[in-house]
Amino acid sequence: MNTTQKLLNGKFSLEMQVYGSGEPLLFMHGAGGLMPVEPFLEELGKNFKVYAPQFPGYGESTGNEYIDDIADAVLFYHELMDELGIPTANIVGHSMGGMLAAEVAAFDVHRARKLVLIAPAGFWIDEVPIPDFFAAQLTEIAPLLFHDPNSRAAQMMTAIPTDFKALETMYVERVKRLATASKFLWPIPDRGLKKRAYRIQAPTLLLWGDDDKLIPPAYAKEFTSRIKNSKLELIKNAGHMVMYEQQEALVGAIRKFLKG
Amino acid sequence: MKFTWFHLMPYRFLPADFKEKYRSVWVDIPRDLYDPKVGHRLYNDYLDQLEYADAMGFDGLGVNEHHQNAYGLMPSPNIMAAALSRRTRNASLVVLGNSIALYNPPIRVAEESAMLDVISGGRLVAGFPVGTSMDTNFCYGEIPATIREKYYEAHDLIIKAWKEKDVFSFNGKYTKLRYVNLWPKPIQQPHPPIWIPGGGSVETYDFCADHDYQYSFLSYFGYIAGKKVADGYWEVMAKKKKELNPYSLGFAQVVAVSETDEQAEKDYAPHMDYFYNRCLHVYNGFADAPGYRTVRTIKAGILGQVGDRAALQREGLKWKDFIEQGYVIAGSPKTVRERLREAMKSLNCGHLMMLMQIGSMPPELVRKSTNLFATEVMPHMRDLWSNFEDKWSPKRMPQNEIAMPAPVHFQKTEVNGKARAAAAASTEVRSAK
Repeated sequence: MNTTQKLLNGKFSLEMQVYGSGEPLLFMHGAGGLMPVEPFLEELGKNFKVYAPQFPGYGESTGNEYIDDIADAVLFYHELMDELGIPTANIVGHSMGGMLAAEVAAFDVHRARKLVLIAPAGFWIDEVPIPDFFAAQLTEIAPLLFHDPNSRAAQMMTAIPTDFKALETMYVERVKRLATASKFLWPIPDRGLKKRAYRIQAPTLLLWGDDDKLIPPAYAKEFTSRIKNSKLELIKNAGHMVMYEQQEALVGAIRKFLKG
Repeated sequence: MKFTWFHLMPYRFLPADFKEKYRSVWVDIPRDLYDPKVGHRLYNDYLDQLEYADAMGFDGLGVNEHHQNAYGLMPSPNIMAAALSRRTRNASLVVLGNSIALYNPPIRVAEESAMLDVISGGRLVAGFPVGTSMDTNFCYGEIPATIREKYYEAHDLIIKAWKEKDVFSFNGKYTKLRYVNLWPKPIQQPHPPIWIPGGGSVETYDFCADHDYQYSFLSYFGYIAGKKVADGYWEVMAKKKKELNPYSLGFAQVVAVSETDEQAEKDYAPHMDYFYNRCLHVYNGFADAPGYRTVRTIKAGILGQVGDRAALQREGLKWKDFIEQGYVIAGSPKTVRERLREAMKSLNCGHLMMLMQIGSMPPELVRKSTNLFATEVMPHMRDLWSNFEDKWSPKRMPQNEIAMPAPVHFQKTEVNGKARAAAAASTEVRSAK
């Protein structure tokens, strides 16, 4: 179900997907934003009440101009959680969303009941540089994001429209999304999480595609070494977009961890 | 009509297979393609050329800022303007310009510009580009989504620093200064004329119109394609009820003069090819970082200068096409006179920024083209726009008050003709390897 959530501060109007019922689960998407329908969230909706807002600047969500940095983004999420009536929730984040989820849990240790970080950004290792996603061309994106760039999911996600109008729309949308993401990720996705990650109290599960070529699994130890109550699970035959390549394994792991 | 002789200072010796072998002339071009000894010769040749342009009566000498590339070797245009300030006498120093969002604090630009204006006796034009996406986002790490806001704030600070009589504090979002107190202050009061170079961002029209700045459209598509942008600018000016003064528009154009049209092709075609296919060979992913151009500009359909779409537009073009489509104005003095007049009239443009050293063009050809232009074209175009006042050129000190560099006497001069020619020849040989 798609809803619109307006925050009381008058700055943000959010396009939000809501699925299922149960314990609250807040999902924070990656730099690419949400697809119109997210089957893996729908699946999680069988056990949880899933809230998945498009971040300001993505889709129909507005208020991007009020967010310059991590502190602004974290406070935005705190307000959102309060106004949704879920001051504490299970928080799941992917990629850039994983970085923001970790920050939300680190700034205020009472926000996350449990934390799931799927191939999160937030660190930089000189020996394992993250490819420049911002400079990547449309044709170069699939191999970066997927274990099997020829799979149907990969082809669908990275299809380039042939119609000019559709191409322009896609280009403009991509610019809007990545321009927003650049506030946290440009030119290097390190905004100080290394100083704060130790504060995270919530039990934390790191999920990583074993063939992630964008943020390689080597980055997991930056999280596991800093977050006390954390563990890593690798998902086989998956790249960065785990949810589209190994939905069942991913959803299974999340469910088991959050229910356990 | 005013003429600025604009130098990009390219690296002239990229290998013939550069385009096939490397993805970009900018940002991640291999360092080992640069030979500093060749660079030494090039910088000195290029300064010679600008000094020659001054002697030949050009109104302005243009330099600009780019980073990590072989297209234009001036990470700091102020260094070049400083070098020019002593040996040139007449021409304006058109620094077009400093990418003001890149300086921390931007007050540095206000200071260095003031220095240049004072040294040169009030000959500075201060240009404030945002800077290309390659330069600002990819080389200097600026966040694309906020660079324009940072640029406007830097602008406000610099202008205030020039204008304010007393010490002031500046509490910006990007720059915070407790004491702003500009020493030295510029000769030109309250500040040098400001030109805003643009590549077609629609926001820049409004910015120039609102501040009465000169808008300089820097494009390599030439005057026919450039008309769309010029018209967009004049439309905004008209809407804002501003005077449609041609001197408030600058336009960059590749120009090359030879004895005849045929000779022009022989002389310049290979260098044009070098310019369009090597100097402008930029990886598409570096052309336009997401957020660098606003959605409004993207939707206006203005083509970027570099990247795949620009390259596609130029794909397979031959000399004849470059001429016909207006990318280049070249030929005999007569041809250049006619086309240039037509071009400037169609754009309503009073400040021509001429690119006369093109790509791999060697010094002797640059000199020939410059000389022919100065003697056989420029005098015939001076009458254009004579009924308008040029409010965007520097107001310098009177000649009789300007300090002259004192003569320097060497015991033994090393730069006699023979030694100099030998050094130049060795550069060409070294680079051909």
